[in-house]
Amino acid sequence: MKKNYLMKLMLSCIFLMTAIVASAQTGSISGRVMDESNQPLPGASVSLKGQNQSTSTDGTGYYRISGIQNGSATLVVKFIGYNTSEKTVNVGDSETKVDFKLLPSAESLNEVVIVGYGTQRKSDVTGSIATVTTKDFNKGQITTPEQLLTGKVAGVQITSNGGAPGAGSVIRIRGGASLNATNDPLIVVDGVPLEIGGIAGSPNALSLINPNDIESYSILKDASATAIYGSRASNGVIIITTKKGQSGKPQLSFNSNFSVANIAQKADILSPSEFSNLVKTSTDPLATPALKALLGNASTDWQNEIYQNALTTDNNLSISGAAGKMPYRVSLGYLNQDGILRSGNLDRTSLALNLNPRLLNDNLKINIALKGSLSKSVFADQGSIGAAANFDPSQPVYSGNDNYGGYWEWLDATSTTGLRGLSPKNPLGLLEQKDDRSKVKRSVGNIQFDYTMPFLKDLRANLNLGYDVAKGEGTIVIPDAAASSFNRFNDPSNVAKGGVNNFYLQKKTNTVADFYLNYVKDLNSINSRIDIMAGTSYQDFYTNVYNYADYSYDGTMRPGSTPTFDTDKPENRLLSYYSRLVYSLNSKYVFTGTVRTDASSRISPQNRWGFFPSAAFAWNMSDEDFLKDSKTVSNLKLRLGYGITGQQDGISNYSYLGNYTISNATAQYQLGSQFYNLYRPSPYNGDLKWEETATSNIGLDYGFVNNRITGSLDYYFKKTKDLLNEIAQPAGTNFINIFVDNVGNMENKGFEFLINGAVVQKKDFNWNVGFNATFNKNTITNLTAVDDPNYNGVQVGGISGGTGNSIQIHSTGFTRGAFYVYQQVYNADGKPIEDTFVDRNGDGQITDKDLYRYKGPDAPVFLGFNSNVSFKNWTAGFVMRANIGNYVYNNVASSTGTLRNIFNPLNYLNNGSRDVLNTNFSGAGTRFFLSDYYVKNASFLKLDNVNLGYTVGKIFNNKANLRLNANAQNVFTVTKYEGIDPEISGGIDNNFYPRPRTFVLGLNLDF
Amino acid sequence: MRKNILKATLGLSIVALTLTSCEKMLDLQPQNDVTSEVVYSTPEGYQQSLAKVYGSFALTGNSGGGGSADIAGLDEGSNADFLRTFWKAQELSTDEAVIAWGDAGVQDFHNMNWTSDNPFLKGLYYRSLYQITLVNEFLRQSADDKLASRGISGPQAEEIRHNRAEVRFLRAFQYWVLLDLYGNPPFITEDDLIGGPAPKQISRADLFTYIESELKAIETELPATKTADYYGRVNSYAADALLARLYLNAKTYTGTERNNDAVTYSKKVIDGGYSLISKYSNLLANDNNINNTESIFTINYDGAKTQLYGGTTFLTHASIGGSMNASDYGVDYAWAGLRTTKALVDLFPNEDGSTDKRAQFFTNGQSKEINSLSTFTDGYAVTKFKNKNSAGVSGVNATFVDSDFPLFRLSEMYLIYAEATLRGGAGNAATALTYFNNIRTRAYGNASGNVASLNLDLILDERARELYWEGHRRTDLIRYGKFVSGSYLWPWKGGVKAGKSVEDFRKLFPLPASDVAANPNLTQNSGY
Repeated sequence: MKKNYLMKLMLSCIFLMTAIVASAQTGSISGRVMDESNQPLPGASVSLKGQNQSTSTDGTGYYRISGIQNGSATLVVKFIGYNTSEKTVNVGDSETKVDFKLLPSAESLNEVVIVGYGTQRKSDVTGSIATVTTKDFNKGQITTPEQLLTGKVAGVQITSNGGAPGAGSVIRIRGGASLNATNDPLIVVDGVPLEIGGIAGSPNALSLINPNDIESYSILKDASATAIYGSRASNGVIIITTKKGQSGKPQLSFNSNFSVANIAQKADILSPSEFSNLVKTSTDPLATPALKALLGNASTDWQNEIYQNALTTDNNLSISGAAGKMPYRVSLGYLNQDGILRSGNLDRTSLALNLNPRLLNDNLKINIALKGSLSKSVFADQGSIGAAANFDPSQPVYSGNDNYGGYWEWLDATSTTGLRGLSPKNPLGLLEQKDDRSKVKRSVGNIQFDYTMPFLKDLRANLNLGYDVAKGEGTIVIPDAAASSFNRFNDPSNVAKGGVNNFYLQKKTNTVADFYLNYVKDLNSINSRIDIMAGTSYQDFYTNVYNYADYSYDGTMRPGSTPTFDTDKPENRLLSYYSRLVYSLNSKYVFTGTVRTDASSRISPQNRWGFFPSAAFAWNMSDEDFLKDSKTVSNLKLRLGYGITGQQDGISNYSYLGNYTISNATAQYQLGSQFYNLYRPSPYNGDLKWEETATSNIGLDYGFVNNRITGSLDYYFKKTKDLLNEIAQPAGTNFINIFVDNVGNMENKGFEFLINGAVVQKKDFNWNVGFNATFNKNTITNLTAVDDPNYNGVQVGGISGGTGNSIQIHSTGFTRGAFYVYQQVYNADGKPIEDTFVDRNGDGQITDKDLYRYKGPDAPVFLGFNSNVSFKNWTAGFVMRANIGNYVYNNVASSTGTLRNIFNPLNYLNNGSRDVLNTNFSGAGTRFFLSDYYVKNASFLKLDNVNLGYTVGKIFNNKANLRLNANAQNVFTVTKYEGIDPEISGGIDNNFYPRPRTFVLGLNLDF
Repeated sequence: MRKNILKATLGLSIVALTLTSCEKMLDLQPQNDVTSEVVYSTPEGYQQSLAKVYGSFALTGNSGGGGSADIAGLDEGSNADFLRTFWKAQELSTDEAVIAWGDAGVQDFHNMNWTSDNPFLKGLYYRSLYQITLVNEFLRQSADDKLASRGISGPQAEEIRHNRAEVRFLRAFQYWVLLDLYGNPPFITEDDLIGGPAPKQISRADLFTYIESELKAIETELPATKTADYYGRVNSYAADALLARLYLNAKTYTGTERNNDAVTYSKKVIDGGYSLISKYSNLLANDNNINNTESIFTINYDGAKTQLYGGTTFLTHASIGGSMNASDYGVDYAWAGLRTTKALVDLFPNEDGSTDKRAQFFTNGQSKEINSLSTFTDGYAVTKFKNKNSAGVSGVNATFVDSDFPLFRLSEMYLIYAEATLRGGAGNAATALTYFNNIRTRAYGNASGNVASLNLDLILDERARELYWEGHRRTDLIRYGKFVSGSYLWPWKGGVKAGKSVEDFRKLFPLPASDVAANPNLTQNSGY
């Protein structure tokens, strides 16, 4: 990936620990340090030769050293991966200005890459690892950490789960490796591996980390890199490192963003006039006079009612420096983000503290990283999105009376609630009457002791103790007048009670302890270097879920809702041993071998230990004599790797134990005159073990013309066996018909291409572009224990419309989640003919034997393109992304775009998708839901981000640097897809929370 | 230096040892679950396990209303309880019922083009085999040596031995379901352990013999109790009733008629002291668990304590739609699904129930003719199921219905006796006529509907009038050779308005494709 400035900064800090501010001198020097393409170099070390004075550059490359004795002084500027630069100046009473421009060192031997349990010299890296640092992060209003990376890394696809404040993302590295178990990568924050899955009340587990505190990402993609994480590594690993303290004077940095978001695209439904026209003119038998008579006189755009322009402020203050010999960094962040869906809000305060003392003659390095956040969320009822698309636009928002909170609702005087049965509820009522708020406190922290043996300098021991604790709680309150929960139940004296007044609470305590030894030795006699690491790890994941009864608004408990147990405390543990050997010969030939064994409490004792090895080889070709002096080829490295990784997240905590569970109060059975709670034997599978993925990788890293053009190519082949598959068991062999078993194989093959180039490198004008492309093909190669050519596969992808309809299937020979549909027949005008499909098996009738597999939701090709221009004090950039060949099932069109939906037989009118004007489908029966007509090509090109920045420079009497920036996010989407957004993870578009278009203004101040 | 290395090695070893002792910490137990040893350490535990065996007839899982399902991979509300799936297979495939919805596979019943992927057929199959698996576990856990080793003896052990006979009936009943609908299912007993090899398939004839021998074996072990404190449990009459039903259909199952036996066992039940309740419309009232002299074995539902979206909750809600008021039937909302065809309506002398009170139709705003299966107002609605008690008071919960469902009731036994006698069984023709007219007398409120002689078609029609929507129709039509053939057509039979004949193989449902794939011992029923 790109130059690894901040990574290098860390090491700079290590070399710079002797910074002591002396006293009683008189002059000062200031200036700016830039790289070869005139980009500022933040964190470069600047020191006075022969003296104990040093500092490092700020986020915009500026430095200042004051109190320098008059006379000649030599400044030394260092930055890892760059040639050290020295300049001698004469220091007088006034401030002396000295700027530096560093050039990359020909062999960035000292450049390090963060890997699992340690760091490696870049030249020694044999795996496929992408590093992204602050310099390359996406800019603008970034609320959750993963959005910093979107579109930047080949092979990594980040799809946000919609536009809600703090919403998370689906992250896929090389398409994932699993079918039914998780495909989420392992995320390690400062040495603490996070548990997959969030906490109650949090929109997204990662949103609790302030993106402003992140220094770098290391994305481990192939098995050579990930296998050190063993049983959790199959989906790749993302290592997040937060910013650390820097030696030197305290540096204060403040940035503030203000943004406005609005809806980019609304659901394509009938306009009020189209709707009333359709209702009035339809001659369909479903359009009964009684239903037509329900048409109102209003003209309400329900989507306008529920969406708003949303404001966000995001402020971050950080201070870093050294207190004596202890570098520190403290940061405080405050985010307040409104949702474009009215009433939604995220209010997050985050605090991060890093302390990095060096003790015992610098032999003991301690890194303490503590992160804490308090987020308060108000969740807007997302049910209002579907309701707004569906609610009759001829009806007014308010009824004019006080019933049901004053909102207009479908009524039926004969029903017990006065409401029309199963009718949709007023969308604005849903939003405004539901008060759903949560408070989540979370802290992730660790202390890492790294001790270099004074008696054996090549050996160091590393102990890491970490925790991840969280408490999530929330309340859901709905008044009893609200139609959505009117007269929900009768209390024991048969009085109807409505509304909701519920509480939830969950606590998590995850702890980790790692210990490893690392021995690094240059064996000069044989031109070799060895780097051996061996260690052990213990991790505990503990959750305490508190169970509460269900209450009406006035606090009456719903009979039968008393929880069987007050709490549930699921827990699992992992014990591991791991080792890595890196052997490098002549710095040209590098061999890496890793092993890890993991034991999980989730697995029965006889299968408990899993073994995960990897081996890899790299050849630094550019160091060979035939390329060494090449002016064109500055870097060329071939990487070959193979390894086996695992996945344990599809296994539930106690699945090998055949225990009994007791039924709850509303699942009793009457025998005689008594009711009994039921003791149910749980299904169990003592044979369950890890899912295993074997990954082969061939990669080539290249750099041309003094690394003006850099990039890499990777081909990978991942074969997963013993899939943790939710698979049908022979009926009668266990206490359930389907459970997780190790059955089936799947493959992912792919190719990644990355290129970054400095198009223009002039003193005041620089232009860098980057492009990445990923091709991934997923194929299920086996799904059954017994070969059965008649076996269709596992149907997945439940849709709305009917009950129990699903639109996708996992089946052998096809991609994961291929759409499983009828082939639509069209008339001469190209319109679909309702309930007319191709009789694919030719048996003269249309049955589910005529379903076929058509396309899939995953994009076989995705691209990222970014560009950055700097001209004098101005910078500008953009990020574009494209997915090609992904398909989406338009569930909004299929479930609402029918006359049966609009003229609902349950005696109310609904609005629906404009698609009904095209199809004129009546909507009888089931099969039309499963037509391939609704499976649409959702290839797209998105302009994700455009940014413009201006460095004002010194202000406040040279005390501070000011930088201003402006951004637009989600600027436009080019697609043929007619739904709200073509980018739908999983491929079913059903009332998706729209991703907003956001405009951001921001400033950075560095003191 | 060497010493130091030794020290370091020692230190590392200590760390490693500490961590190795953690390995024991990998043996974790869930907080709220208990082991089988705890469950079966007390008679109460046995009772609660017995309740699960019974309860899986009614409930979908361990959480009322859904959330902790017994059957995976299917919609818990609509595909996973016994009655809702059994009812759809037995009724929607016939002239008695049609449904308006677009749920996956639901229209295939009336269209008679179901496949081996049908989710309802899958749900029913897995439900039946799940209950059988629970029975087998209960039998293993209640074996004499287990009781002895757990220190359970005396009357408590005796009670558990009775329970063993009860659950064997439940197993026999579910095997009868599999026999009747699927023909050749996989076969497991208490000898087949959990996690064992894939079960072998049993032929329809062998399964018939097994069910027969089981029922005969437990008939004498089961009590003849009919008291209220035994309500909902299996007595010896339930075994007799199932034997009677089995024998009546023996020709379907084995090719050989067994009418003598059908007469014998139906008579045993009839002589057991059951009587028709006075008002037909109270049969499915929500207090039908009280003073019910007619039901022999029921599935018990309760609006407060036994909640699910299937069972009588489904039958009540789904029957309401059009201009019907849900509150008139004691529930909150109409689901607008089920109606009947004119084939059933025309069996009654008139539609309004004024003559034959069993004609419980809602006709206002409904058309008798069905032009569209998916339009609720096409076809008469049926008001047989309701959440009101015999005094017209609504149930405790407007969503979940209290009414219990009779799997066996006396009327059926009367009709079995009559039909088996007519088919050549050794019954008494005069007695048969009396039994038949008992039913007619209750239906008409007097003797005006009584008949002077019986014939087979009359009995088939009477079964429809008396037992419609109670899960018998498909079996009856098959026994009479009218289910697939062109000799009897009803509206939309086979998916066409006038009705059409369908393939002969449709007299059996397919085994679910998922189990054929999972179990290499299974051969799919022919035609699928």
